[in-house]
Amino acid sequence: MQTIYSGRFTLYPIKPTFVIEMNRIDKLFQEKQNNILAVYFTAGYPGLGDTTKVLRSLADSGADIIEVGIPYSDPVADGPTIQASGQQALDNGMNLKLLLEQLADIRQHTQTPIVLMGYFNTVLVYGVERFCMKCKEVGVDGLILPDLPVEEYKEKYADMFAEYGLCNILLISPTTKEERIRQIDEISTGFLYMVSSNAITGAKGSVEDAQEEYFKRIEAMNLKTPRLIGFGISNRQTFERASKYASGAIIGSAFVNLLTENEKDFDGPIREFVKEVKGL
Amino acid sequence: MNTDTNTQSIFQVDEKGYYGEFGGAFIPEMLYPNVEELRENYLRIMSEPSFKAEFDKLLKDYVGRPSPLYFAERLSERYGAKIYLKREDLNHTGAHKINNTIGQILMAKKLGKKKIIAETGAGQHGVATATVCALTGLDCVVYMGEIDMKRQKPNVERMRILGAEVVPATSGSKTLKDATNEAMRHWLAHPDDTHYIIGSVVGPHPYPDMVARFQSVISEEIKFQLKEHTGNENPDYVIACVGGGSNAAGAFYHYLDTPKVKLVVAEAAGKGLKSGESAATTALGKPGVLHGSKTIVMQTEDGQVVEPYSVSAGLDYPGIGPLHAHLYDSGRGHFVYVTDEEALDAGILLSKTEGIIPAVESSHALAALDKIDFKPEDIVVLNLSGRGDKDLETYIRYGKY
Repeated sequence: MQTIYSGRFTLYPIKPTFVIEMNRIDKLFQEKQNNILAVYFTAGYPGLGDTTKVLRSLADSGADIIEVGIPYSDPVADGPTIQASGQQALDNGMNLKLLLEQLADIRQHTQTPIVLMGYFNTVLVYGVERFCMKCKEVGVDGLILPDLPVEEYKEKYADMFAEYGLCNILLISPTTKEERIRQIDEISTGFLYMVSSNAITGAKGSVEDAQEEYFKRIEAMNLKTPRLIGFGISNRQTFERASKYASGAIIGSAFVNLLTENEKDFDGPIREFVKEVKGL
Repeated sequence: MNTDTNTQSIFQVDEKGYYGEFGGAFIPEMLYPNVEELRENYLRIMSEPSFKAEFDKLLKDYVGRPSPLYFAERLSERYGAKIYLKREDLNHTGAHKINNTIGQILMAKKLGKKKIIAETGAGQHGVATATVCALTGLDCVVYMGEIDMKRQKPNVERMRILGAEVVPATSGSKTLKDATNEAMRHWLAHPDDTHYIIGSVVGPHPYPDMVARFQSVISEEIKFQLKEHTGNENPDYVIACVGGGSNAAGAFYHYLDTPKVKLVVAEAAGKGLKSGESAATTALGKPGVLHGSKTIVMQTEDGQVVEPYSVSAGLDYPGIGPLHAHLYDSGRGHFVYVTDEEALDAGILLSKTEGIIPAVESSHALAALDKIDFKPEDIVVLNLSGRGDKDLETYIRYGKY
């Protein structure tokens, strides 16, 4: 952000002006209603310099949305796989500032929607507005901050996110009551992250029958925001099953495991994985 | 137990769960229904006569309350002030932690919960939770850092004898903060029948307020006991140690709005504030979000939580409860920083002058006596939060006695 000296003792920050284009996430959901595949991986994993390589492989191979995880020391909603990748990324030297630098020219390579996912503390400490501004600048389309509560977001940050054209992707879970789902739907932008079961990430590798009832219940609510199902999606079978009840699904732990197994040469395996899951 | 909801104090939580700029409920949506259920019901349940009666009865007959307020004559002579010790170390299970766990287990029962989870650092909260679960017949799982399990082995065995399952937290620093993460994860995966008994005035709203209210029995007793002793219910100083801050919140509670009573907070400086091995959150931390609330957190420039250090497993927490963050921010609390060595010396001094071996946590509060210039007429109440049985190894290793 530039600052100019204007008048005695007063520094006015000058916000960059952006051309407001349609957010890439909104555009995607307008063009495509089914089988949308979002893939999560942790920035700086397996290697510090791998962020954009993984991202570009995913984009080139046909992932529809890419979620880039901001590693955090105390990830309360993550399972062992993603937690371990986050710890490794921190040990590698990853941080939010560096991640935003790594993404600086990403839009020269791909127009696939990019979502940053992380815990609120790293964003708060970086500065929420500074973060939003930087996200807009590098071409990030949306944010998933699971521990930023709906009320807090609405009161303090909703206008700010809107100003920088960022979608705030909120979560719903099987225990979220109908009235609250309606409220969340009302203020959500981009898509709703529909947590398939009350568990941490990567805890289950399947979609149980009981979950289908929950998927059907939400489907019947006719929400305004499109939905992607996450947690427990690991392969083509679970992806297809989840896609029956939503616009698509999100794969996290299973993809991070793939990176762990192919840390030296992941480009080929990523392409095969995406092709397999999407049935291309 | 304080159930008065009509107070306008700036040191009480507001309706959004904030103390000044600190507090709130920063939790993933998966935890929202549990926390919301508690928020909607805790004040109502706490003010029900049947709940109050059962809580009071258990505190009296099971815990052994009121805990004595003891005039420490030899200690007073040494420091040139009138020093009273609030003997929370004489509670059943050996610390103030039992006050809160009795309250929360009754709360869990009222909410229809069948299973209990908890986190523990030094093991005192784990033991207190395992105890009340045994008392009420509820299942109990306690998360404890792998390192803490080694350094507080007697408490691990105590929990097991009481029927609790102790699960090691193997991530991060393998201490209290990681045990808290694991407990939160477990809760997230088992939302329907499980209540999480948080052991300090930390976590998402309403935990800091609820725990402070359960612990407020301490200051409630100090008031009438001090009046019996001195004719005046207000001391000049109340001193307590702070990790998360539950014993301090309890000792300060009824004095928060009495500015002439100075509230002294002893934080663990470990090997020194500048040593890189410390747990002095207010000196070294900055505002952030940890374990569900906005508070002061020890963290890197990038917002990663720093591993704290203290000789006391109960104080090496990288945050502090939001009430205490507000006491710091507003200047209402007087914060002092006590090194391992100062604390252990103070613990040994109390042992030799009064015949009381204190928990190393409480020794930090005792060491604060050295950092204040008292007048002879000053009345000081020091909250002796726990007894030192569990810390004998630590004192023995230190050796200077």
